[in-house]
Amino acid sequence: MAKTRSLRWSLPALLLAGQAHATEIQFNMTPGVTDISQQVYNLHMTIFWICCAIGLVVFTAMFVSIILHRKSRGVTPATFHESTKVEIIWTAIPVLILILMAIPATRVLIAMEDTSDSDVTVLVTGSQWRWHYEYLDYDIDFFSILATPRGQIEGRLPKGQNYLLEVDRPLVIPTGKKIRFLMTSDDVIHSWWVPAFAIKKDTNPGFINEAWTRVNEPGIYRGQCAELCGMDHGFMPIVVIAKEPDDFAEWVEQEEARIAAIREEEQRLLALRMNLDEQMELGERVYLAHCAACHQPNGTGLPPMFPALKDNHVTTQDRAEHIRVMVDGRPGTSMASFARQLSLRELTSVITYTRNAWGNDTGDVVQAVEVYEYMQSKGE
Amino acid sequence: MSTVTTADHHDAHHDHKPTGIKRWLFTTNHKDIGSLYLLFALAMFFLGGAMAMVIRLELFQPGMQFVEPQFFNQMTTMHGLIMVFGAVMPAFTGLANWMIPMMIGAPDMALPRMNNWSFWILPFAFLILIISMFLPGGGPDFGWTFYAPLSTTYSNDSTALFVFAIHIMGISSIMGAINVIVTIVNMRAPGMTWMKLPLFVWTWLITAFLLIMVMPVLAGLVTMVLTDKYFATSFFDAAGGGDPVLFQHIFWFFGHPEVYIMILPAFGIISAIVPTFARKKLFGYASMVYATASIAILSFLVWAHHMFTTGMPVYATLFFMYTTMLIAVPTGVKVFNWVATMWRGAMTFEVPMMFALAFIVLFTIGGLSGVMLAIAPVDFQYHDTYFVVAHFHYVLVSGAVFSLVAAAYYWLPKWTGHMYDEKLGQLHFWCSVISVNLLFFPMHFVGLAGMPRRIPDYALQFADFNAFISVGGFLFGLSQLIFVWVLVKCIRGGEKAPAKPWEGAEGLEWEVPSPAPYHTFDTPPQVK
Repeated sequence: MAKTRSLRWSLPALLLAGQAHATEIQFNMTPGVTDISQQVYNLHMTIFWICCAIGLVVFTAMFVSIILHRKSRGVTPATFHESTKVEIIWTAIPVLILILMAIPATRVLIAMEDTSDSDVTVLVTGSQWRWHYEYLDYDIDFFSILATPRGQIEGRLPKGQNYLLEVDRPLVIPTGKKIRFLMTSDDVIHSWWVPAFAIKKDTNPGFINEAWTRVNEPGIYRGQCAELCGMDHGFMPIVVIAKEPDDFAEWVEQEEARIAAIREEEQRLLALRMNLDEQMELGERVYLAHCAACHQPNGTGLPPMFPALKDNHVTTQDRAEHIRVMVDGRPGTSMASFARQLSLRELTSVITYTRNAWGNDTGDVVQAVEVYEYMQSKGE
Repeated sequence: MSTVTTADHHDAHHDHKPTGIKRWLFTTNHKDIGSLYLLFALAMFFLGGAMAMVIRLELFQPGMQFVEPQFFNQMTTMHGLIMVFGAVMPAFTGLANWMIPMMIGAPDMALPRMNNWSFWILPFAFLILIISMFLPGGGPDFGWTFYAPLSTTYSNDSTALFVFAIHIMGISSIMGAINVIVTIVNMRAPGMTWMKLPLFVWTWLITAFLLIMVMPVLAGLVTMVLTDKYFATSFFDAAGGGDPVLFQHIFWFFGHPEVYIMILPAFGIISAIVPTFARKKLFGYASMVYATASIAILSFLVWAHHMFTTGMPVYATLFFMYTTMLIAVPTGVKVFNWVATMWRGAMTFEVPMMFALAFIVLFTIGGLSGVMLAIAPVDFQYHDTYFVVAHFHYVLVSGAVFSLVAAAYYWLPKWTGHMYDEKLGQLHFWCSVISVNLLFFPMHFVGLAGMPRRIPDYALQFADFNAFISVGGFLFGLSQLIFVWVLVKCIRGGEKAPAKPWEGAEGLEWEVPSPAPYHTFDTPPQVK
């Protein structure tokens, strides 16, 4: 009894504490959780105070002049102008201040650029509007997409504490190790930004950028895409969980097992026949998470950029084309390939869903084996 | 702002200008064309401002309330394009048209027919741009910086109209710039030597050279976007051997001088107003000219400071960091010069002076945040956040726009022949200066706290600041209606203005009557 009560009291207290933290107004840059981010913060504050000092001198002179040297006080204007001595002084002093600023700035910049001797390498790939993480040292890769429900965005549900800064699968990295990030993109330019690490690096399609971090404290760190990348630029957050090396090793094991299990299930699935209800239920979930941003929850799309799926030739008639588009994407448009983004089960269900939702009513029940065969036929 | 009603009786004896719409369509008179530019800029300022109001309305609260993300992106894109190419640049060209011939003692601009043409293609450019918003799929939504491949492979078909509109704006700017240069070089009155030119003329001369150098770069860039999108070239597509970062290099090679195109003439205006109301000569005329020239030259060597996060080699980053920091030196020289001019003057605080003083303070704040942004390792945290939005609005709104407003108040008596309403003007000033800071100052904080720019919705910890910023935005928008009221009142009537309404003013423009006759300096004045 006593135990339940303490639990009942502590839970809301915990939630409240969390919320108070979220709404606490932050005025300044975060010092972050890495040595580099701390150096960046210190540099920021140094430059900031120097700028304040310069501002103070200039504005004091100006306001003293405004107060004392006004016509209403009956002053007569002086006639002095041009003074080489004064001009040299106010050119030389700023140059000296700038040199003082440039020295620590150069030091920090060079430290940030050294990506050698890393322990773990993660390939970060941006695409409209999700992140893909691939661990080059392990057999792990996955997509990371916004987890905030549309209801919260549209105001039908109360907004959660991490509104717009939450994802379905966060990136997990070990603390104390040097993590090297390789950055690229599948479509437009995105920018991978985690303020707590002081990393912001553009992901350029066709090119690879590098960055690195060494996180000192375990925790959850959140960031966002920082380069305008189209319609849902504001809806592609980044969440990184830093774990102690032992916990990280455990996570790697679990994740590898999970991915192996999915592959096994895919093989089993090929022999199975899924019924319509089952597929509609899963398909709707997948659709809302992955497709609705462009094609809209009711399938009407935003033509001409994002075509309607309702009453569409492909989704109501051409079944083979439908599977092809889902697996290959449409090159040169925002329609990405979903072959790697979704499991076979999800892929199959979402095709079935779009062939039967919003009055498309084809009655088609696509089976996993059909999709699988197409993928095999092109050597996926 | 125009001489329509009062100019006729001054010079009807030798002027046979058409009346009505024909006068404005076919005019080759620098004053008429100046007025057209200024009125056009004012209209665009309100159109771009209305789009900013949509942005601030959507950002008032977290969540999507009023517009779709795609429309939001169109609003930020069009707001930027309209304010840069439709409001600020034409307004400065309007001032150049009105003031440069009168300041150097010339009867008109050197190439009056081209002058007419360079204005009249402008409304069509913006018509095309605005029409593009009503195409299926909407207008440009890739930001005013239109980075490839978002503007090529992934854009909608309004891009073709966008490209065409930018071409026309570019042609207009280049013709305007040629006219300014030819006028200043060839048509100065006898005795008006280079180092006697008013600073507004000097800054505009240097600006015109910048325009001629960078507008063709922009034209080349939009053409590359067009061919990448429609004619299968691969300038910015790695799959065909191109590079998306190349786009940014070309864009900012145009874009950074463009920033100074919008601020150098402002320096000229402030350098005219401060000495007038301090009743004291500008402290260092020569050093102001040299500082302007050095800023213009440096502006070609700093472009990649907009691109620190694109993954440039570290030595390139260092180079652009150092050159950017250097710009603080000539800019500092300007600010120190204005303060030294005020020092031991005998100041009065009419509306033009108030806006000029606000300019100096707020532009300096924007300049100092610019120094912070120059520091590459820290810029990784500032880049593409609201800190940047705060920075460039401080230099563009409380900088360039405030200087334009100050110029309007300063020369309105010369243009209309009437004094503006001082009380209303002061009201306009105080409303503007308070609301502009409510609007843009908190953006520094919200940017440092981690809010990216160009997002239609945001995390909850940014909510309080954004509500505050939006209120500031609405107030700033409303305050500008007072300006329109002042203008209308001043054009329609008011206290008669003498030839030289400001006690401390110097320059040829004050030697002609107010309002300035339709034709001035038919015989060149002798400058001693």
